[in-house]
Amino acid sequence: MTKVDEKDLCAMEQAHINSKERLVTLTCTVNNEAVSEDIDPTMLLLHFLRDKLKLFGTKEACGEGECGACTIVMNGEAVNSCLVLAIEAQGAVITTVEGLSKGGELSILQQEFINGDALQCGFCTPGFLMSARALLDRVPDPTDEEIIEGMSGNLCRCTGYRQIFEAVKRAAKREREELSRS
Amino acid sequence: MTYKEELYSCTYQSCEDYKSKYKHIGKPYERKEAMEKVTGHARYAFDMEVPGMLYAKVLHSPHARAKIVSIDTSKAKALPGVKAVLTGDDSDLLVGLYMEDKWVLAKGETRYQGEAVAAVAATSEALAEQALALIDVEYEVLEPVVGLDKALEANILVHENIAEINHVKGVFFPQPNSNIASLNRSRKGDLDKGFAEANHILESEFSLPAVAHVPIETHVAIAQYDPFTGRIKIISSAQSPFALRQMLASTLKIKESDIEVQVPYVGGAFGGKAGIHLEPLLCLLSREANGAPVKLKLTREQEFNYTATRAAMRGKIRTGVKEDGTMVAADIVYDWDSGAYADYGVNVGKTAVYGGLGPYDVDNASIVSNTIYTNKVYSTAYRGFGHLETLWTVERQIDILSQKLGIDPYEFRMKNLLRVGDLTMTGELMTASTGSPVDCLQAAVKEIGWKGRKSEAERAAEWKTGKVRGTGFAMVQKAPAMPPNAASSIIMQMQGDGHVKVMVGGIDYGQGLMTAVSQITAQELDLPMDMIEVVRGVNTETNPYDWNTVASKYAFMGGNATIKAARNMVDQMKDIAGQILRLTKESLDHGDGYIFYKHDPTVRVAYKDMAYGYAYPNGNGIGGPLISHGYFTAERLTNLDPETGQGTPALAWTFGCHAVDIEVDVHSGEITVLKVASAFDCGQVLNERMVYSQVMGGVVQGIGSAILEGYKFSDDNVLLNPSFTDNKIPTMKDMPLEVVPIYIENPQLDGPYGARGVAEHTMISIPSAIGNALYDATGINFYRLPLTPENVALGIKSGEKDIY
Repeated sequence: MTKVDEKDLCAMEQAHINSKERLVTLTCTVNNEAVSEDIDPTMLLLHFLRDKLKLFGTKEACGEGECGACTIVMNGEAVNSCLVLAIEAQGAVITTVEGLSKGGELSILQQEFINGDALQCGFCTPGFLMSARALLDRVPDPTDEEIIEGMSGNLCRCTGYRQIFEAVKRAAKREREELSRS
Repeated sequence: MTYKEELYSCTYQSCEDYKSKYKHIGKPYERKEAMEKVTGHARYAFDMEVPGMLYAKVLHSPHARAKIVSIDTSKAKALPGVKAVLTGDDSDLLVGLYMEDKWVLAKGETRYQGEAVAAVAATSEALAEQALALIDVEYEVLEPVVGLDKALEANILVHENIAEINHVKGVFFPQPNSNIASLNRSRKGDLDKGFAEANHILESEFSLPAVAHVPIETHVAIAQYDPFTGRIKIISSAQSPFALRQMLASTLKIKESDIEVQVPYVGGAFGGKAGIHLEPLLCLLSREANGAPVKLKLTREQEFNYTATRAAMRGKIRTGVKEDGTMVAADIVYDWDSGAYADYGVNVGKTAVYGGLGPYDVDNASIVSNTIYTNKVYSTAYRGFGHLETLWTVERQIDILSQKLGIDPYEFRMKNLLRVGDLTMTGELMTASTGSPVDCLQAAVKEIGWKGRKSEAERAAEWKTGKVRGTGFAMVQKAPAMPPNAASSIIMQMQGDGHVKVMVGGIDYGQGLMTAVSQITAQELDLPMDMIEVVRGVNTETNPYDWNTVASKYAFMGGNATIKAARNMVDQMKDIAGQILRLTKESLDHGDGYIFYKHDPTVRVAYKDMAYGYAYPNGNGIGGPLISHGYFTAERLTNLDPETGQGTPALAWTFGCHAVDIEVDVHSGEITVLKVASAFDCGQVLNERMVYSQVMGGVVQGIGSAILEGYKFSDDNVLLNPSFTDNKIPTMKDMPLEVVPIYIENPQLDGPYGARGVAEHTMISIPSAIGNALYDATGINFYRLPLTPENVALGIKSGEKDIY
């Protein structure tokens, strides 16, 4: 609700026009597919994913990195895509919720979220899944504390977190079992 | 048997050992829509795009109270790509659920910081944002009404025209020349006589701040108002599409049938998405933009500061008790700091006069509830609809009373709880069908391992370790707040493959409505769960009417409507099958997808063969597409007497009890919740996993209200914490170490299979239980929420025993 000074506004408009002249090409990998798009360099990664790539699973709920609804995995790290410029993803490997499973077969993590009722309204769910994905990729056998630490950047108002915590824990166990079998 | 002996011998079913006697009801089926939600395929209003769509942005008042001297929108209008710019001067529309007190855009003056004064629709969000910055508003800042005392003095009125505000007469009572939007009252017995009989009288004052709902999806809506046809199409994150349609029609003075409201998945609601919010403004913008659809997604800051909150509240309670602990008199005044507009706030205030005594049998009682206008963001329904606040008053008072009398708080409650034959505050008779507060208290208190209050010596010894443990408990009682004749309805259609499509009017925003409706349908038609499909999303053009999805009433009302629709389906099938099989209906039964002859089940017709009408081998057809419907309208409820508050408000009282075990760091003031035992008399569990999920979620939301959350305002009522940075909700770090849900099943005979709602209940006495445990741990009574580390540490450090 801040009032923008008119001079600033002119500068903003100028920047906007300039940016249109200076479209940049972003090349990266999203959900195992090569992507190359001309974008405005001021575009946020979140909006690149939703508006350019039409991946609507990633949500926005605060726009300032406080709630985790927009979490994606970028180069192995859980990232708030509302805080990252799309151009910072140049050459990056990105996974969104849409990339967790293919061909009608859910991943273990998704299955455990369903089995354990780790969701209610579902709006925060993609963000939780991606935080969990990054955590388990980094730490396949997390302690309770590591799960809580890894997931505490995501807000959920429905579940009270217990069932999310348990689902991540069970998914970790099943993924390890799967790995040792293969 | 003494109360103690009763406690040790009571038995109950915790979540671990729950068994249902039904084939489908009570069973732990998984959420019907879970797959869409873990793949990211579930679509919310937030995700919706409509061809030709414009983007709206709103300009807000920076002042709590100000005169709008002038607004210049000429520069904004001149910006290419801007299709509509509106201010209060452009419309004369008043909105209000119960009191028409709010302009769609502020007109002449602003009444809270955050109120909308102008709005823009443009071809992109960035352009709309730019246009906002080009609007010049000149304000003359006025002294705001801050806080309850100043509001009650009435030197400044938030609404000068309070006496003329159009409102629901006989239900809400605005007081002329005051800031009281509604004064509601109830009384029973003779208060003076009650206090005269009392051996002890205790007077206390409790308070709590405004709190935000924080659905993770903010409010979002798209509206298209065609200026040629006069038709409106809305896509909204609303909880109540039918109520929204009705109010929009009334605001715009058009036909309900000219409005279509579509609600896809909703990303959390908690009462904040009931009623009507962004839609009237978006309709005006759309009409101004020649009928282009206009979308508005609120930012998190707007969610905190523009849309409604839970009201702040102050409860003054005076209780008279006999030497043996019998409560004989209670005189309660609830003052709600409800903000600039009445919205649902006045109804929360009204509800306090029948819900605000707690589940107790007090012969002489009076409740006065003032919903008060102040110059701050207005308030509305929030999970619990006032009961968290009133329980913070009553359940804390009871704990303090039992301290003063030296009576165990469990025994004190056992002496005073409502039992069969007692009358509630409004004179409703408790029967075996009403449910049992006693069973809930005993189960929760036993599960938490209550051994009686800690002695001073024990506390002193523990204090030296730097951490003190405490146990406390608090009752829950809540009935839906709704019009006495509220209704739900259901439509079912048999498919050619024997599957059943069910259409509902209620919104599943995560509570599991679709799953419960499926189970009831499966139970009644005796079909497997995977043959029942609830149609996703609700559209007022096609789905059957439902008053509102609020108040924990859907399981009861929608459940009963589903039973009736299913039985109507069976009835229709028996009519046709009777002709085919040459049997009377009385000789027929149904099960496993067939209508069959009771005497010889091999004589039968499959549901699917009658789905679109039955065809004989020679081609003759009888019957027709199987479409059934069912409705449930609340029965025998009444409006309350305006003077005495007597009447029948409750569809169902759900009773419960939360017991908590906490640890307090005496230096940092930090409270760690170690264990919560939550018992509810839900009558009959409909889905074990959904009830369990409600408890897990409600408990943590309650912990938020107890130890974390609250709005902070400056002296001139500017919101200081409109973001997650300073207005925190619980994270995974705040979840209790252990939560044990306990299901008590004393059936309500007019509920579906005996069920009552269990949703809001799981949250609303968590703060009082924690407050009571905090006394047990520290020997200090806290009267104000939230119990943040700062407030608790300062309280401990002050050396006082009562912290206001």
